[in-house]
Amino acid sequence: MLLQRFLIRLLTMLITLFGVAVVVFVVIRVAPGDPIAMMLPPGATDDDIARLRALYGLDKTIVQQFFIWLSGVVRGDFGTSISLRQDVLGLVFNRLPATLELAIVALIMAVALGGTTAVLGARERGTAVEAGIDIASGAALSIPDFLWGLVLILLFGVLVPIFDISGRVSPQLDLPFVTQFYFFESLLRLRFDLTWDLLKHMLMPAVALALPLAAIISQLLKQSLKEVLDLDYVVLARVKGFSETQVILREALKNAALPTLTLVGVQFTFLIGGTVIVERLFSYEGLGNMAIDAVINRDLPLIQGIVLVFALLFVLINLVVDMMYALLNPRLRHG
Amino acid sequence: MDRASRRGLSPRLWLAGGWLLLALLAAIFAPLVAPQDPLAQDLMLERLPPLWLDGAEPGYWLGTDSLGRDLLSRLIFGGRIAFIVAFAAAIAACLVGSTLGLIAGYFGGWADRIISRIVDIWMAFPPVLFAILLVAVLGTGLSSVILAIAIIDWTRFCRVIRAEAMGQSRMDYVENARIAGYGRIGIMLREVLPNVVPSIVALLSLEMGIAVIVEAILSFVNLSISTDDPTWGGIIAEGRLSIHQAWWVLVFPLITLILTVLSFSQFGEALKARFDPVLR
Repeated sequence: MLLQRFLIRLLTMLITLFGVAVVVFVVIRVAPGDPIAMMLPPGATDDDIARLRALYGLDKTIVQQFFIWLSGVVRGDFGTSISLRQDVLGLVFNRLPATLELAIVALIMAVALGGTTAVLGARERGTAVEAGIDIASGAALSIPDFLWGLVLILLFGVLVPIFDISGRVSPQLDLPFVTQFYFFESLLRLRFDLTWDLLKHMLMPAVALALPLAAIISQLLKQSLKEVLDLDYVVLARVKGFSETQVILREALKNAALPTLTLVGVQFTFLIGGTVIVERLFSYEGLGNMAIDAVINRDLPLIQGIVLVFALLFVLINLVVDMMYALLNPRLRHG
Repeated sequence: MDRASRRGLSPRLWLAGGWLLLALLAAIFAPLVAPQDPLAQDLMLERLPPLWLDGAEPGYWLGTDSLGRDLLSRLIFGGRIAFIVAFAAAIAACLVGSTLGLIAGYFGGWADRIISRIVDIWMAFPPVLFAILLVAVLGTGLSSVILAIAIIDWTRFCRVIRAEAMGQSRMDYVENARIAGYGRIGIMLREVLPNVVPSIVALLSLEMGIAVIVEAILSFVNLSISTDDPTWGGIIAEGRLSIHQAWWVLVFPLITLILTVLSFSQFGEALKARFDPVLR
C-alpha cells in the first residue's frame, strides 16, 4: 500500500519534472534576444557568430536541442553557462547550499514562532491574547516576504543598525570551510565567531521568509488544537489534573499536528520560491540571486539548470511530506 | 446574519475600501492631483526631506529622490501602473483559471487529469523566477507584465474552483438539472458557475493584491515597464540604494504598497467570510 503510493508519486514526480523541463526550454527559446550576439564584441564576423552558435548547439532545431540537453541532464551534464563560462551543475551546487541554509533556518523559525503562538493562542482561547495573536498573524500573512524584507531593512539596517543588510558573510573574514554550508559547518567546527557573523547576515532575510509561513502555521495549528481540546481524551487528561499547557503539549499537539504538517510541506516550497527575490533584496549570494542575474544576462543553460533544480527541490519536498503523512496517519498506515 | 458576516463589515473593511478608493482616484486623476511633474529632475532639489523635517521645500510634500524628482507625484503616477496591472492581470488570471477549474472539477475524468497535471507542473516553478523569466522573454512593458502575471497565477483560481466545482457537481440540484434534461455545459454554466462565483470574487480581490506585489518586484529588478514612468517597485529600488542618505524614498512607497496589499486582502477575506456557507 505504502510502496504503491510511493511508486505512483515517484512516477508523477518524473512527469512533472519532464513538464517543467519542456516548459522552461520552450519559453526561453521563444525569447527574441540572441544570447550569442551579447557574448561577442561589436564587429564580430558572421563566421564567429556561426561558430559560437554551433559550439553551444544553438544551430539545431528546438526539438533536437531539447533532447541533446535532456540526455545531458540525465547524465548529470547541464551544459556550460554562457555568461560565466563554467559548468552549470558546478555553479548550481556552489550556490544551492546558501539557499538551503537560508530556507531551513527560516523554516525552523516559522515552526518555532507559529507553534508557540498557536499553543499560546489555544491556551488563552477567547481572551485578548488570542485576539492579539489573530491580528498579528493576519498581518504577517497578508504582507508578502518581499515587503517584510524591506520593513526589516529599514528597522534593523537603518533605524537600529544591528544587522547587516547585504551579503552572506563579512568579506574580510577568513573562511576555513570545506563545504558551502557555511552556517552549519561553522556550528560543527565550533567557530561561533563565524556563526554569529553569518547569522547577522542571514537573520533578516530568514525572518522575512519565515513570517508569512509562521502565520499560516499559527492559524491552522491553533484551529486544530481548539478542535482537539474539546475531545473526550483531552477532557480526561484535564480531569486527571494536568495543567492546560501540559494538556496541550502532551495530549492535543500530536493529534492536531497532522493537518498542519501537510500544509507546511506545500508552504515550504512557497518559502523556497520566495528566496529568489529575498536573496536579491539582501544581496545574499544564493541560487535565487544567481537566477535573476542569469535571466538578465540571457544565460539559457544556467536558467534551465537553476529552474530544474528548484523544481526538483519542490517535488522532492512534496514527496517527503506525502510519505511522512502516510507514515504518521494511522488510517493510511493500516489501510 | 451572524457574527462572522457582520464582522466582515467592520471599520477595518471601511478603512481598506477608503484607502483603495483614495489611491485609485489619485491614480486616475494623477495629472490634476500630483503637485509636481513626476519626471522633472532638478539637481538643486535632490534628496529633499519630507515637509515636516528641516531643509524641506514647500510643494514637495514627501521630499524628493536622488535626482530631485518629487516623491509624492511619483507615487501617485506609479499608482496608475499598479492599478492597471492589478485589475488586468487579476481578471485575466481569473478567466483562464476559473474556466479550467470549472471544466476540471465538473467534468472530471481526462479533462481533470490533464488540467491537474499542468497545474502540478506550474506549481513546481518558483513563481517570482518564472515571472522574471517571462518578462525577460516577452520584453519589458505593461502588457508583458500583465501577461506574465496571468500566465503564472491562473493556477490559484484553477485549484480552488476545481475543488468547489467538484463538490457542487455531486449535489442533488445538479442531478435534478440533468434529469430535467439540461445539457452538461448548460448545467455547468447555469447551475455550477453561479455557486462558485463568491469564491471567484474573493480570490479576485486577493489576486489584485498579489499582482501589485509582483509588479513591484518586477520593477524592483528593473524588468517591469522600461521607460522612466514611475512605478512603486522602481521607486523602492531607488530607495533601497539611497537608504542611508534618504530613507523617505523607501519608506513612503513601502507604506503605500503595504496599505494597498492589506486592503485587497481584507476585502478578499471579508468576501470569503461573507459567502462561505460554513461561516454563514
